[in-house]
Amino acid sequence: MKQQKILKKKDFQSLLNLLAAEGYAVIGPQISDGAIVYQSLDHTSQLPIGFTDRQSPGSYTLEKSANEDAYFAWANGPQALKPLLFQSEELLWTASKDEANSIRFEQCLPVVKPIAVLGVRACDLAALELQDKHFLQKEFVDPYYQKRRESLLLIAVNCSHPSANCFCVSTGDGPSAQKHYDIVLTELDDVFLIASGSGKGEKICGLLSLTEATENNRQSAVEQEEAAIKVQTKRLPDIDVPVMLKNKTNHSRWDLIAEKCLACGNCTSVCPTCFCHTKKELHALDGKNSQHYRVWDSCFSLEHGYIHGGAVRSETSQQYRQWLTHKFSAWVEQYGRSGCVGCGRCISWCPVGIDVIEELSALSDEA
Amino acid sequence: MSQIKVAVHKFSSCDGCQLAFLNLGADLLLLADLVDIKHFAEAGVVDESVHVNVAFVEGSVSTNKERQRIVEVRKNTDYLITIGACATSGGIQALRNMNDGKAWIEAVYAKPEYIDSLDKVLPIAECVKVDFELWGCPVSSEQIVTTIRSLLSGVTPKDNTEKVCMECKRKNNVCTLVTKGDPCLGPVTKAGCGAICPSFGRACYACYGPASHANTASLSQRLIGIGLTTTQVSEQFQLFNNNAPQFKRASDEVLRK
Repeated sequence: MKQQKILKKKDFQSLLNLLAAEGYAVIGPQISDGAIVYQSLDHTSQLPIGFTDRQSPGSYTLEKSANEDAYFAWANGPQALKPLLFQSEELLWTASKDEANSIRFEQCLPVVKPIAVLGVRACDLAALELQDKHFLQKEFVDPYYQKRRESLLLIAVNCSHPSANCFCVSTGDGPSAQKHYDIVLTELDDVFLIASGSGKGEKICGLLSLTEATENNRQSAVEQEEAAIKVQTKRLPDIDVPVMLKNKTNHSRWDLIAEKCLACGNCTSVCPTCFCHTKKELHALDGKNSQHYRVWDSCFSLEHGYIHGGAVRSETSQQYRQWLTHKFSAWVEQYGRSGCVGCGRCISWCPVGIDVIEELSALSDEA
Repeated sequence: MSQIKVAVHKFSSCDGCQLAFLNLGADLLLLADLVDIKHFAEAGVVDESVHVNVAFVEGSVSTNKERQRIVEVRKNTDYLITIGACATSGGIQALRNMNDGKAWIEAVYAKPEYIDSLDKVLPIAECVKVDFELWGCPVSSEQIVTTIRSLLSGVTPKDNTEKVCMECKRKNNVCTLVTKGDPCLGPVTKAGCGAICPSFGRACYACYGPASHANTASLSQRLIGIGLTTTQVSEQFQLFNNNAPQFKRASDEVLRK
């Protein structure tokens, strides 16, 4: 970590003002519809001050935090960076017929403004690295993702309040931000520890009025991190999960899960690393033009596994197996690590509370 | 391109699905140019027994007369599309299928002999062959446009096999079931509405009908878990698509718990 300085809480608004002055549209966590969501942020008073999230399988509620002045005394909300980069509905191109009836295709690259995201978690940054690996592969760069990715300035806030569904310690991705941020903050009682992680971040930090961190500040941050690690009781089974899953293709557990699983795609939609998508065509009634969209899909959609003649995974048990084995096993071969960053979203936002950790444990118990 | 002839027929219904045509705005004029609308009583064009290429049918079959009429409609069209919950699953009026409809008629009307109702309300597919179904209560203009555009282009219209949750998540809505414990039926409901209700913070009440692979048993269990009684859960499935086999079964099964 770069040299840490202090941003006093009373000066917190100056960070937002500076970002706006530097041409960034600022997005930050706010309470909306009973959850923490990332929206346009003008003032620090819009942040979820004094609130924390209580998460359990299939349940997410907000309540008053013990620390009533804290801005970031919560773990996460249903989404963070994914919708900003891999958009849920992205117009890729349009096709139109001219007067001679020949078809013209036009690529529709997004026009993006620089965006600064405040309050990014370590799990979100780990997920971002995986999405980058997928969308920015050397010879297959996705220009839509790339344009949005280049416009981002990321201000991480180290997680001090993991939820009961978090297990980022066991995936090695949190609770503190390790990389890919431009600026990182640690919220303490009256101050933020602040450090930059990139040239862009260093420039912003250089324009802020900061003071030197004391040994006490640093010690508080270390203690806070230790507490955030300790509070996470949920963890991956202590075995080689990718190898274990390879040998469980015909396990009876898949049928048991399918009795509960709604195959609704909520888990894959909130998963910050899931990247599957489908294409949607929006035709004009006169047939003279058409808009071609890329939209989020899910391995739980019937059409996701549809190839000529039928769906290769038409049963929910097969779909769940696909999701779990891809995420925790095949991903390792594909991208060099598991596709899970331990954010716990798939557990909280599953309407029937299916817990991946419980399922992995059940699958690994039997030989 | 030769113009296709279209008819819009109405059976027992509220007329709301026909509004999906009438609410097209400027596209309605375009539609009238693209297809030859031969029969559409609500829009003022009447020629009920004309032969057409595509017939849209709104409403359920609820009377003997309607039962005869739908056979004629089928004879007079190459392709038949049901629009809306009434035509596709029986609609809200199919609630009487669970009760003694005759007794109700006798209790309500001074001269019950004038009422010509079938014992059971029937979806169109129980009377004649249906080529394509558009679910919804009501259907949307987008569904109508997409379907007609497909037919004009000479391709089979595409069924929506997704669940409402997919559309809801794409809209970045916060899940009302998970945060508020609202009895949302989105996970078992066919997509196509664009998750209208959850976008306004209200739980989905399944007006687009059961999705394929709808795990109603698991969702029922969950709804009991968030505090609904088995009767309340049963009633969740007894709305506009109460007569759809998957919802009928779900509604019955939960009462046996």
